[in-house]
Amino acid sequence: MPIHDQSYRHYAGSKAAPGRSWTVIAWAGIKTMVKKRTFLGLLIFAWFPFIVRAVQLYISANFAQAALFAPTAETFRQFLEQQDFFVFVITVYVGAGLIANDRRANALQIYLSKPLMRSEYIAGKLAVLFVFLTLVTLVPALLLLLLQVMFAGSFAFMQKNLFLFPAITVASMVQVLLASFTMLALSSLSNSARYVGILYVGITFFTSAIYGALYAITGSSRVSWISISANLSQVVDVIFRLKPRYATPWPVSLLVIIGLLVLSTSVLERRVRGVEVVT
Amino acid sequence: MDVSVTPATAPVVQLDAVTVIYGKNRALKNVTATFARGAVGLLGPNGAGKSTMLKSLLGFVKPDEGRMSVLGMNVAHDPLKIRARIGYMPESDAHIPGMNAVSFVAYCGELAGLPAVDAMQRAHEVLYYVGLGEARYRNVETYSTGMKQRIKLAQALVHDPDLLFLDEPTNGMDPKGRDEMLELVRDLGHNKGVSLILSSHLLPDVEYTCDDVVVMDKGQVAAQGPINELKGPAGRVFELRVKGDLRGFIDVLASEGMDVHATDEDVMRVFVPAGAGDQKAIFAAASRFGAQVRHLRPSVPTLEDVFAKAVGEE
Repeated sequence: MPIHDQSYRHYAGSKAAPGRSWTVIAWAGIKTMVKKRTFLGLLIFAWFPFIVRAVQLYISANFAQAALFAPTAETFRQFLEQQDFFVFVITVYVGAGLIANDRRANALQIYLSKPLMRSEYIAGKLAVLFVFLTLVTLVPALLLLLLQVMFAGSFAFMQKNLFLFPAITVASMVQVLLASFTMLALSSLSNSARYVGILYVGITFFTSAIYGALYAITGSSRVSWISISANLSQVVDVIFRLKPRYATPWPVSLLVIIGLLVLSTSVLERRVRGVEVVT
Repeated sequence: MDVSVTPATAPVVQLDAVTVIYGKNRALKNVTATFARGAVGLLGPNGAGKSTMLKSLLGFVKPDEGRMSVLGMNVAHDPLKIRARIGYMPESDAHIPGMNAVSFVAYCGELAGLPAVDAMQRAHEVLYYVGLGEARYRNVETYSTGMKQRIKLAQALVHDPDLLFLDEPTNGMDPKGRDEMLELVRDLGHNKGVSLILSSHLLPDVEYTCDDVVVMDKGQVAAQGPINELKGPAGRVFELRVKGDLRGFIDVLASEGMDVHATDEDVMRVFVPAGAGDQKAIFAAASRFGAQVRHLRPSVPTLEDVFAKAVGEE
């Protein structure tokens, strides 16, 4: 008799009911990214603006001479706008290969032969982007709010700007969800992560360039709805109770964002399948 | 979690008048088939509808008509419960990018509901079982074709399925690797109590590993049942080579109740049913027809005969 039986044995342990596989997918995706030093460096770099703002809050709270730097509601809006760059880079770095790499390796049929629904697969992949993007938007923004209270030693600022907590949350969610859904949809369209990355960058810059050209011709910012980033800025301005920066009515910008989310969901529904049927 | 148990004699898979249409192409045409417990071969030439059938059973493809059940559960109503109890080894190269073998298989186990620790332990076990124990820390993308076939089997086995769908498991393997893979499949089906459906266009693979067979041709079931029964009732098979009007001689033999299937340019296999005589009957027919018998050798009925008969090859 062998010391250790290396033959096939049946499994006698427990199995979880279907419905939680998305967490397995999300966790695996997060672990894969965190193992990359370049990505960790990028994440750390994305927190530099937070440190700068934290210093600003500390100085303004503790030195009367620095009252000029005292935070307003707009400070938090500006912080989220600064983070746009990191949202963009992380979206491309993390998101481009999320589904494209699985398509290249025919992994979809492996995933979908397991007890998980297509929506779970998509949710798991979305969660990877969602976690990293909220780490550079929502989390530092809320921490700044907390630091403001701690440094000032009073709730006066919070009481005066009660809308800030929900505004930061909603604005970050709009920003994160728009980036996550659109990138994931693009990722499902190709087998090449590199191509997806180029496509995302291209679409983002191309729509802004078109808007820039039309603005130069017409002299009006009413056509800002063409630019994805302009629509986002417009809606986030409204969320922070600021005057919208473009002449496009903000509901139009909101509709464009909702339209992009619906379109992305529809693309994902069509492209994430266990078998590609060519008719 | 649902643990519906099917009686030991109940079929593991049933298809009832299933039709699958891709655009204008009817991949499955009103297919009614039963897959018994144990090892069943799904045999047919390329394009016969074998993979479409497996993908329909997995829920990847929704049939236009008909009803399917796997392990007593309706595919249309309980796809997740079914997938929790089956393992699928796809035909094409498939893996999760960026993972080594043990991480990949453990990940598949977790996706199937195993706790992380158990999934990792099972991953090591099944990788040893399929012969990848020494290579389990290598990135899957560096594997050879044969090793990729083995790891596809490992990921299908990690959660201990009751039923395995194996789609062309020996594709691209060298002769030694192919034999080892067939040994594994045979062992699973006969000694480990795992029912399996082996889809293949390679008759020897199915004949070696399976007890039953479903023969597909042009999207339809051409024959099904235990291989031994399909090989026919008592009778004798001869390998025959003649010179003369081959076509005419085949017709003569057929008119005397013999089944004839050409296997090469002038070589044919002749099935002489019990009571229809033996080689003397063939010589007599050749003599009457005026054909020269150049070679006659007794043979045994093979799955090839069943297949040829089922798909109407001559």
